[in-house]
Amino acid sequence: MSIYLKLAVEFLKIGLFSVGGGLATLPFLYKLADSYDWFTRAMLIDMIAISESTPGPIGINMATYAGYSAAGVYGGILATLSLVFPSVVIALFITKAMDTFRDNGLVKSAFYGIRPAVTALIASAALGIMKIMLVNLENGLSADIFNAKRIALFAVMLYLMKKYNKHPVFYIGGAAIVGVALKL
Amino acid sequence: MNSAVFKECLDIFVVFLRIGALTFGGGYTMLPLLQADIAQKRKWASDEDIIDFYAISQSLPGIVAVNTSMLIGYKKRKIPGLISACLGMICPSIIIILVIALFIKNFLAMEIVGHAFNGIRVAVAALIVKTAFDMGKKCFVDGACVLIFAMALLVFTLVDISPAIPVVAGGITGIVLARRHLS
Repeated sequence: MSIYLKLAVEFLKIGLFSVGGGLATLPFLYKLADSYDWFTRAMLIDMIAISESTPGPIGINMATYAGYSAAGVYGGILATLSLVFPSVVIALFITKAMDTFRDNGLVKSAFYGIRPAVTALIASAALGIMKIMLVNLENGLSADIFNAKRIALFAVMLYLMKKYNKHPVFYIGGAAIVGVALKL
Repeated sequence: MNSAVFKECLDIFVVFLRIGALTFGGGYTMLPLLQADIAQKRKWASDEDIIDFYAISQSLPGIVAVNTSMLIGYKKRKIPGLISACLGMICPSIIIILVIALFIKNFLAMEIVGHAFNGIRVAVAALIVKTAFDMGKKCFVDGACVLIFAMALLVFTLVDISPAIPVVAGGITGIVLARRHLS
């Protein structure tokens, strides 16, 4: 079986079985590292770091990188397309069902409860990223536990967002420049 | 495909291409962009639609950001819209990752990259906080909603579970509460 066929089959499986946000594909990639000589577990750690710090959803970035490591540029493209293919098929069915059921009373009351739960997921993500970015926990409870420069930038950002409500790209771009200027 | 549909699909593709290029991290980081580009500017879907699609996507197999964009693409222009949104969302990843893997050997060791991304992550943190507040304003229609929010936040933050679990539990609670309300 050619490497492309193997790659396609493996990433179709990952796309079909990984449920949940961010790094849900990671356990599957660890298994690939163990069962093929495409990449090592150590290389995966670099892939996570790069996938998290470049644009694009982490899961997609990881698939492109892993596919590239296994079989070059075509491998990267093939792995990514294979990963999303099951989602496309499932989404086609779901949207058909949505057209039929979304005005159903039962579905409406389900979403009444789902929306606050999803807001909690977002709030939890916000807390998680604040903890990583604004607080230094490595040295325990020491004087430098708060990262003052970043907290200041965070506060300024929130203030500007509240006041001007500009497109997120302005804040992302501005913060990148401030990050370089202040050596954050 | 007639030219009006083609133009609309190209539009969907370009919008999601931009959103894909500006999403840093997990699927939730795209929400501020969806609110700005899809709900406020283009009105392809309401804020509530976006929350619902995001919730459905959490419980489906695959990448949350891609699933969410496909559901929005479908709402705008059925199946061609769904596929345009999917392709738009994955293109920036493919291009950027391949360029980095091919040409930039020590990408993460570059000091300027590290500083810039630290700044970006702080901005993303602020954007997500604002999104959470905006969403709360929209969906806390009564005390029960606040209670569901508090329970889900507590459990999801303290216990390592799949995000699908709070979504499903919230749905069941919603149905139970509505039933009681009606009877």
